[in-house]
This record gives sequence, structure tokens and C-alpha cells, in this order.
Amino acid sequence: MLQDSVQKFVHRHYSFDDRNAIIDSGSGYSDECWQLFAELGWLTVPFSEDDGGFGGLATDMMVLMEEFGKAMVVEPFVPTAVLGGGLVAALGSEQQKEQNLGPLMEGKLQLGAALYETNGRYNLASVGTTAKRDGDHYVVNGSKILVLNGESAQQLLVSVRTQGAERDEQGISVVLIDAASSGVHKKAYTTVDGHRAAQISFTDVRVPVANCLGAEGEALSALRRVVDRATLCVSAEAVGALDMLLQKTVEYSKTRKQFGTAIGTFQALQHRMADMFIECQLARSIVVMAAMKLDSNLPDAEKARAVSAAKSRVGRAIRKVGQEAVQLHGGIGITNELDVGHLFKRVTGIETLFGNSDFHTARFASL
Amino acid sequence: MNASFTAEELQFQEDARQFLEAEFPKDIRAKVEQRVRLEKDDYVRWQKILYKKGWAAPNWPEEYGGTGWTAVQKYIFAEQMARFGAPEPVAFGMKMVAPVIYSYGNEEQKKRFLPDILASNVWWCQGYSEPNSGSDLASLKTSAVREGDHYIVNGTKTWNTLGQYADWIFCLVRTDNSVKKQEGISFLLIDMKTPGIKVSPIYLIDGTPEVNEVYFENVKVPVENLIGEENKGWTYAKVLLTHERTNIAGVPRSKVRLEKLRALAAKTADGNGGSLSDDPIFKKKIAEAEIQVLALEYAELRALAAVSVGKAPGPESSILKVVGTEVAQFIDELYMEMAAWQSLPFVPDQFVEGFSGEEIGENGEAATALNYFNNRKASIYGGSNEIQKNIICKAVLGL
Repeated sequence: MLQDSVQKFVHRHYSFDDRNAIIDSGSGYSDECWQLFAELGWLTVPFSEDDGGFGGLATDMMVLMEEFGKAMVVEPFVPTAVLGGGLVAALGSEQQKEQNLGPLMEGKLQLGAALYETNGRYNLASVGTTAKRDGDHYVVNGSKILVLNGESAQQLLVSVRTQGAERDEQGISVVLIDAASSGVHKKAYTTVDGHRAAQISFTDVRVPVANCLGAEGEALSALRRVVDRATLCVSAEAVGALDMLLQKTVEYSKTRKQFGTAIGTFQALQHRMADMFIECQLARSIVVMAAMKLDSNLPDAEKARAVSAAKSRVGRAIRKVGQEAVQLHGGIGITNELDVGHLFKRVTGIETLFGNSDFHTARFASL
Repeated sequence: MNASFTAEELQFQEDARQFLEAEFPKDIRAKVEQRVRLEKDDYVRWQKILYKKGWAAPNWPEEYGGTGWTAVQKYIFAEQMARFGAPEPVAFGMKMVAPVIYSYGNEEQKKRFLPDILASNVWWCQGYSEPNSGSDLASLKTSAVREGDHYIVNGTKTWNTLGQYADWIFCLVRTDNSVKKQEGISFLLIDMKTPGIKVSPIYLIDGTPEVNEVYFENVKVPVENLIGEENKGWTYAKVLLTHERTNIAGVPRSKVRLEKLRALAAKTADGNGGSLSDDPIFKKKIAEAEIQVLALEYAELRALAAVSVGKAPGPESSILKVVGTEVAQFIDELYMEMAAWQSLPFVPDQFVEGFSGEEIGENGEAATALNYFNNRKASIYGGSNEIQKNIICKAVLGL
């Protein structure tokens, strides 16, 4: 049902040309589409029924994201609904949820999660941004890299250190910061795969203590759980995009003629497409595994391990399928005019998001 | 072939180093280090300095202005160039059309074209591939029909690199439709200012207009611009492609890039309080790349040794093309992995001359994904790596 509804939306509103026009627009996403997302109920998918959502199942998010992946949807679903909304849902008080999740699901609130720093690479516990108590305020100082949707986000969810040293697991809090606050400086840009992000620095930004989500200094495990859900989401998005790359490559090989015949008749190329198919299927399988485990009652460590396994394996599929799709297309595969190059760029971007294959392989081994 | 340099060779290495230190323009060097894209003027200015020194064309025969260096000297020079980030002369004139002209052109053509190529007075580009003739290059359809003292050329060429700068283009054209496809092709030199030529940019996914489509509509080309004999162009082109392939291994550049990668890894945080140099997975990947480059280097030296005893560069050069491009692409991946989050910003303006805004990332981190995307071309151009394997199967393995 969800799949059907996204496919209809893509058919009507999200051709390759539509997408290009959206990327070139001022905000880098279509508010019209976003309002449709809200009307169709997609923005409720990541949230539990208790929080007013559709159920919050990873398997549902997976279905939605896979379809987004096929069409290379650039609207900030992951940063706003999965990361930002996810942090509010996981850590926030009833009042904080009410203030944020309602408007979010109605399509009226854009969020961004500022979680990563230059020295931290993919380590969520590496938080050098500090929040020092001053009466009933925190004073926040520090800098975050690549905040997805950082440009349009009205509220930022920022990981800050309320105590401890840079990589201590204890002492990390998540605070809600109004993006218009004095001392918030954004350097916004488009990413290589057509999304929007920003580098954001905080200089003596005063934040009410009431804006801390959950118990002060205790945010890390929730932070990891929420980022794991986002990681599952982009992995599922990659599965959709990789299937498109395979499909387009097979189609092209049937129509492109060289040496008097379609190149798809060459066995050397047929086997490579068979290898791409195997990669796509393994990527799909391991993402299904991770989504099912996230929806289960398994311990947190098991779930984290499943997500890392998925992201690591999907990353390998991305390299292989992405590169082969381009190679089998030849030069046309790296031109702007064809969607194949853009799918290649998106999956490559996903490979880096929330930790690349090497990071997740190591995390898998350590859990 | 020796494992170490002689005293003379070491002296030559020192001379080359001193020359580059003194003469390679500092502003161009800074651009290369900051990954700022080089413009036509940068290439031409530098090539003219090489020309003044007499070092513009190490591979040419001495009688046309070559350096007369041994294979080892050429190798040493290429390595020093890479070390300083000095760009190799743009290949189309110096390395691609010139060997065809001095091998198959007549005296008049040699006199007319070679000096301007050597002195970088004329910028050349290549007209080989066509929209429907990529790997199957010999199926090309651009036609040249003889009318009196001229050929009338019609057709479309594609993947034409930096044609927007070019004064001349060398083309493979069809002069006979009635014979086997390889036997009806001729090699024609065309002035880009001739009426009827249109150059239209193709934008690549890294945002650069690096390649073009070139359209020919009733373009009149004097018959004296034909190289060699009519319908023998395929033979000449094959020789040229072999030259292109021996230059394609890119060992010096890969070595220097790996050295820089190692140095940068030591300064890049691993997120756990150490540097990427301590990361066993990343360390292993760098080591694997270094080992591959070493194997490639000695494959190239063996090929050079064969050439120096009089053998023409043969199908072995296909090895250099396949492995050279693959290892360069693997190094692209390592740079991108090292940059992590900072590989994602799309900020091409930052790498254009005169950028003065706030920079994202350090050490060209924000160029790493774009380089990775762009350089996927390397396994496609110059005879795709699949075509190289066909050559190995046919010419070496006898399959």
C-alpha cells in the first residue's frame, strides 16, 4: 500500500526533470511535494501510535525509502522525520513531543540533526561542542559538519557535551536550538548527490535548559539508536537506487549496438550484469534482515550489529554496482544528462552517510 | 634494466629537480596543490617553459625536437614532474597527433605542424569517438567525400576533451563505404576555424564541461591535410592508441598521490583519538595500492626495456592501461574515504581560480568525490578496459 502510494506520487510528480528543477530551486526541495508527503501520511511512518504516528516500524520505513531511492527523492525525509523527529520521540518529554511532532507530521516543521564533528569522523561519542550551564540557560560553543537539511531546518537537534572529555560516552546531551538564534552561523551547500546540507557553528548560543531532550548527559544510547534507524533508511534507499542502476544497465545493454550486435549479447558483459544482480539481491536481503531485527524485541546490541552488517554490505554493493553501471554505459554514464550518473552519485553519497563500510565492519566486529 | 640508477642518472635527476624548482611557475604549483582547475593559459605557459628548455617532447625523435633521453631518463623526468605536481603536456598534440605526423606525414606536413606543436603555439584535440561508435571505433560514420582539392566532411564526434580550447582537430573519417570497415577510414587534420564546425559542451556529473560534441556540416578540408594514404587511417590510429596506452600507466602520479595520501592520513582524525594512519583497515588499503603500483612500475620498466632494444610497444601496453587506470581509480576511492563527510559538499567554485569565500573542508577534501566521479572515465577512454582485454585475448593469448 505504502509502496503503491509512493509509486503513484513518483509517476505524477517526480520525473528526472522534475527532480533536477527541484535541486536547482532556492530551498533545494519542493514544499509542494513535502505537503503531499504530509497529506499521504508518510511523515507519520517513523513514529509510534503513542506519538501519533503510523507505527514507527523499520520495515515500513524500508519500503518507503526503497521507493524514494528509485526516484532519487531529495526531500529531507531522513533529516526531519527520522533523525530530528526520531530524537524528539526517543528522548523528549510529552510537551517537547507535542510541540514538535505534531507540526512535523503536518508538514509544518523542518528539522536538522547536528551530530558530527571534524575530529569525530563517524563516532557519535566524539563531541567537542560544549554546553555550559549559566543560570537557566546553556551557552553552546562548537562546530558541526554536514548537517543534512541544515539550511531549511527551523530547529536543530545538536549533540553537546554537558560534562566529561571529548570522547567520553557519558556527558552527552541533545539540545533543541532554534536555527534563528543569535550565534548560529550556517554555511550551506548542495551535496554531490543533490541534497542540501550545512556546516554550522555555534558561538555563545544561549539555549534554555528546558530545551534539553531527556536527562542531561545521558543521550548517547538513544542517539545511536536513532542514527541506526536513519542508517537503515539510507541503506534501503540505496537498495532501490541500485535496482534502478541494474535495470537501466540491462536495458541499455539490449539497445546499445557495437560490433554489429547489442552489447548485452556479449557473455563477458552478461556475467558482469549477473554479478550486479547478485549484489543487489544480497543488499536487499541484508537490509530486510536489519529492518526485521529493528522491529523485534532483541537487545540493543543485536540491533546495532544488524544495522552495521547491513550498511557495511550495502556499501560493498554500492561500489560494485555503481561502478559497473557506469562502466557498462561507457562515457554516457558520467554525463549530467543521463539519470544513471545521478543514481551513481546518490548511492556513493549514501556510502559515506553515518559511516562507510569500513566503519560499520569494524563496529560489527566490536559489538 | 637495473634496480638502481647510475651516477649519471642520479645527476640527471638532480638537474630535473633543480629545473622544476626554479622554472615551474609557483602560481600553477599552488593551483595544483589546492586542486584548483587549470585553465588553457596555465598549460600553455608551462609547456612553453618546457619548450624553451628543450624538454617539451621527451618521446619525439631528436630530429623533430625530442630530447634524445634514454627510457630511464624519461622515467626519471616524469617522476620529478609528478613530484612537483607539474602537469604533463596536454596529450592530444604532443603525444597523440605528433607521432602520427612524424611517422606517416609527408615532409610538408612535418614542417607545417610539428614546430607549432613542440612550441605549444597550437592546441590540438581529438575527433575519434562518435555517438554510435565507442568501443567499436572502426564503425565510425563521419564521412569525408572528395570534391576536387577538398574533402567535404559531415558527421558528429563526441567525448572530445578540451575542444573548446582547440585550434585544430585530428579526425578519423570514412572515405570508403564499400570495403571492410577498418579499410575505409582516413586520418584527416582539420582547422577548427573552418566554417561548418560547431562545438557543444557535454557536462559531466562532477559539474565540469570537460568534453564536447563536435558537429561537422559540409566542412571543406583541403586534401593536403590528409595524413599518409587515403583509407589507411585505421593503421595509423592503432599505432597512436598504442602510444596513448604506454603513457597511460601513470606510475609517477600514482606514487606521488599515495605518498601524499599517507601524509594526510597521519593528520586525519580517526574519531577515536588517533589518526587514520593507526587504522588497520585503511593502512592495509594504502599498502595494497602501493604494492599494486610497484608491480605496475616494474611492468612498465620491462615494457620500456623491450622498446629500448628496438621492439615496438606491443599489446603488453594493454596491461599498463588496465592496471594504471584501475589503481588510479582505487586511489581516488581512498582519498574519498579519507575525507569522509567532507567528500560530500558540492562546492566546485572553491576549485576555480579567484575563489575567495569561506572554504568547506581542508586539503581539497571537497574535491575527492568529484575526482572519483570524474575519473571513472579512465577505464572507459583510450580503448575501454574491456577492449584492452579483448586485445590481450587475441594478440597475446591467441584466443
